[in-house]
Amino acid sequence: MAYYRSTILVSMDPICIEKGAIQIKEQIIEELKLQKIQDEVEILDIPRIGDPETEGPDILVYPEGSHYIALTTESVRPLVVEHFIKGRELKQYSARMRDLMDEEVREPKEKEVRVILENIGKIDPRNIEDYIAVDGYQALAKVLTEMTPQEVIQTILDSKLRGRGGAGFPAGLKWKFAHQAPGSPKYMVCNADEGDPGAFMNRKVLEGDPHSVIEGMVIGAYAVGSNQGYVYCRAEYPIAVSTLNIAIKQAKEYGLLGKNIMGTDFTFDLEVRMGAGAFVCGEETALIASIEGSRGEPRVRPPFPATKGLWGKPTNINNVETYANVPKIIHRGLDWYTSLGSEKSKGTKTFALAGDVSHTGLIEVPFGMTLREIIFDIGGGIKGGKGYKAVQTGGPMGGCLPTKYLDLAVDYETLGAAGSIMGSGGMVVMDEDTCMVDIARFFMEFTQEESCGKCVPCRVGTRRILEILERICAGEGIPEDIPMLRSLCDEIKQDSLCGLGQGAPNPVVSTLTHFLDEYEAHIYEKRCPAKVCRNLISYHITDNCTGCTVCARNCPVSAITGERKLLHVIDQDVCIRCGICYQVCNFDAVEVN
Amino acid sequence: MTSTTQPTDPLYNPKMRPIIDKIIEDSIDLDGGLMVVLNNLQSKIGYLSAPMQEYVAEALSIPVSKVHGVVSFYSFFTTVPRGKHVIKFCIGTACYVGGINQLIDKAKQVIGIEPGQTTSDGMITLEICRCVGACSQAPVVVVDEVINGRVKSSKFEKIVQNVLKEEAAA
Ligand SMILES: Cc1cc2nc3c(=O)[nH]c(=O)nc-3n(C[C@H](O)[C@H](O)[C@H](O)COP(=O)(O)O)c2cc1C
Ligand code: SF4
Ligand code: SF4
Ligand code: SF4
Ligand code: FES
Repeated sequence: MAYYRSTILVSMDPICIEKGAIQIKEQIIEELKLQKIQDEVEILDIPRIGDPETEGPDILVYPEGSHYIALTTESVRPLVVEHFIKGRELKQYSARMRDLMDEEVREPKEKEVRVILENIGKIDPRNIEDYIAVDGYQALAKVLTEMTPQEVIQTILDSKLRGRGGAGFPAGLKWKFAHQAPGSPKYMVCNADEGDPGAFMNRKVLEGDPHSVIEGMVIGAYAVGSNQGYVYCRAEYPIAVSTLNIAIKQAKEYGLLGKNIMGTDFTFDLEVRMGAGAFVCGEETALIASIEGSRGEPRVRPPFPATKGLWGKPTNINNVETYANVPKIIHRGLDWYTSLGSEKSKGTKTFALAGDVSHTGLIEVPFGMTLREIIFDIGGGIKGGKGYKAVQTGGPMGGCLPTKYLDLAVDYETLGAAGSIMGSGGMVVMDEDTCMVDIARFFMEFTQEESCGKCVPCRVGTRRILEILERICAGEGIPEDIPMLRSLCDEIKQDSLCGLGQGAPNPVVSTLTHFLDEYEAHIYEKRCPAKVCRNLISYHITDNCTGCTVCARNCPVSAITGERKLLHVIDQDVCIRCGICYQVCNFDAVEVN
Repeated sequence: MTSTTQPTDPLYNPKMRPIIDKIIEDSIDLDGGLMVVLNNLQSKIGYLSAPMQEYVAEALSIPVSKVHGVVSFYSFFTTVPRGKHVIKFCIGTACYVGGINQLIDKAKQVIGIEPGQTTSDGMITLEICRCVGACSQAPVVVVDEVINGRVKSSKFEKIVQNVLKEEAAA
């Protein structure tokens, strides 16, 4: 009798068979023969392993007990090689590792290029060896043993890497300034405040691949000449903070942080500091004040942090994603990196797709991809077959781009020219049912609340704009409101001290530019075309009503009455126009006017 | 029996005082340690009472006014105790587009309080918060740090029931 070192169990559930289980089994036999191990591995059919709907076709490999799921014929070769020849689990298909992958980062779509998100869901972020196994810390080794700080800076300059936190400032130049600045000690800071609502790529990198950020920071510290660093992470991200702390601890144990890194005389320590829920702390000077233990109020620049930052010392601040690019550039080389992206913006950018798009979640594309490709090809278009209205990029200081910009090739310059900004990469897609005046009001409410109040134009100006927008949404707008909004926007933009105030008018300006008709409908006709603004709409129940009582049970203010199986009625005096009845009715019996 | 007019402050609570002292001791030598201390106190004790703020000021040798200034600046710091369970509604862009306002209306109906308030039995506090970074699952409701995504009004009722059920079981 033959001796088998391993056994493969193949699920022969009817659904798995339909999904190609038999072909996969044949393919496995082929590959085993190819690797000349067909006599060592036994293959058996079993009725079912995991949930065939979500996990099939799947196999179980003993003695390890590895459960590989959602297999394709293409996956068989790497699986056989990794598992039986190299003796390690193939992570992409392992059910255990799949748990780490979730709907926030799906399998890459055809047009995506994953550099920053490459490892997410594929390595265990709590195990440094997983990162090392995918060539982690090799860039650092190269930097510390083969390169001078000047050479590192030159490489980053040549890569044209631009800051991913919003402004797109060349990272190499920033490093050079901090390197040249007189004074010591010097500090490295990582901006992980990610305050833009709608954006969560930094969180995902910190939670899924923290060592890539740490490695980037250590390389930067060597270039700049810093021995102490801080990651400033927002308090809303407790899992990111704990993952990062574990990663820092392990890096210290492996001699990749702390004293004499990799046996050289270079020393660098890293600490995580937490924010406490203030959006403005993402601004670099406010962030510095916050680490220092003060109120997070921005200050006038210059002096820039590169010359006078944390505790008055030269400080380099970059975004999470900026740092995560660094090891890739050094390890894979300039030719590779500069082959990605557009003329002025090299490499890739992660975006968080959210809102009314079919596939929400994180994606990564080279700069220069069009909005249409991103939203329709990768994002799967608008949810529920509705029409596209706009995409909001850049968060509360960004703008809304209508249909005519769908073919815009996205980079820092093009978005700026279109009246929006790149920001950190949030993209909130809005369908035809979105009211753009309401969206402008929403963002103004955000900036008004988050304004630190230090300078008058921002503090008072955002308040006044908000009041006007609230009036318009309530159906009390007057024709003078539009020129008034325009001049207030100009003033705030001109006279505010920091980027929050300077950018606050953008959502208003961009909606005024592209959706003026909606403002006019609210003001002149007292009508909300998208049927959103509560004072301008009413809900009614039509003859389609079957009397199922669902709406009445869900109405938060008990405005709906009616006997079972009889037509229901909404009491307009009680109704608060929340739209829940419209949403829950299964018979299209609720209409909005 | 005599009743004390002063509610007991965590600072004078024999169980909490050592926790407070430990948090201060751990960070007293850190540069910028005030933020670290306040963050830890907020998360371990639940709020930052006026006596606690004064105590921290003295321990770190900084003016009380500075501690007040920092506490009032950041929205995460609260100066009054919250309910035992905190239900937060994300009002970030994705959740706004995703219909969080309807859920807030629903919550007002089910729980009978407004965001920012606590039920009279001290059980539930409703709050609104900024994007918690789970935008692809909008609308998002955070219950005691656990993120619930794609919440519809029926799912919300279940969430509240679960909180109450857990409480009854405990
Ligand atoms: C109001 C405001 C909020 C900001 N928020 C962030 C943020 O959350 N994350 C970030 O990296 N940069 C943010 N920035 C940009 C930072 O000030 C700074 O430009 C950035 O951290 C520099 O890093 P980079 O060059 O790698 O992009 C913000 C700026 C402003 C004005
Ligand atoms: S512009 Fe606004 S946020 Fe910035 S410093 Fe002035 S008041 Fe503060
Ligand atoms: S949910 Fe629709 S069908 Fe049912 S009672 Fe209400 S309006 Fe009528
Ligand atoms: S819109 Fe809201 S308040 Fe009005 S009837 Fe429908 S569910 Fe009730
Ligand atoms: S907007 Fe609600 S989680 Fe981001």
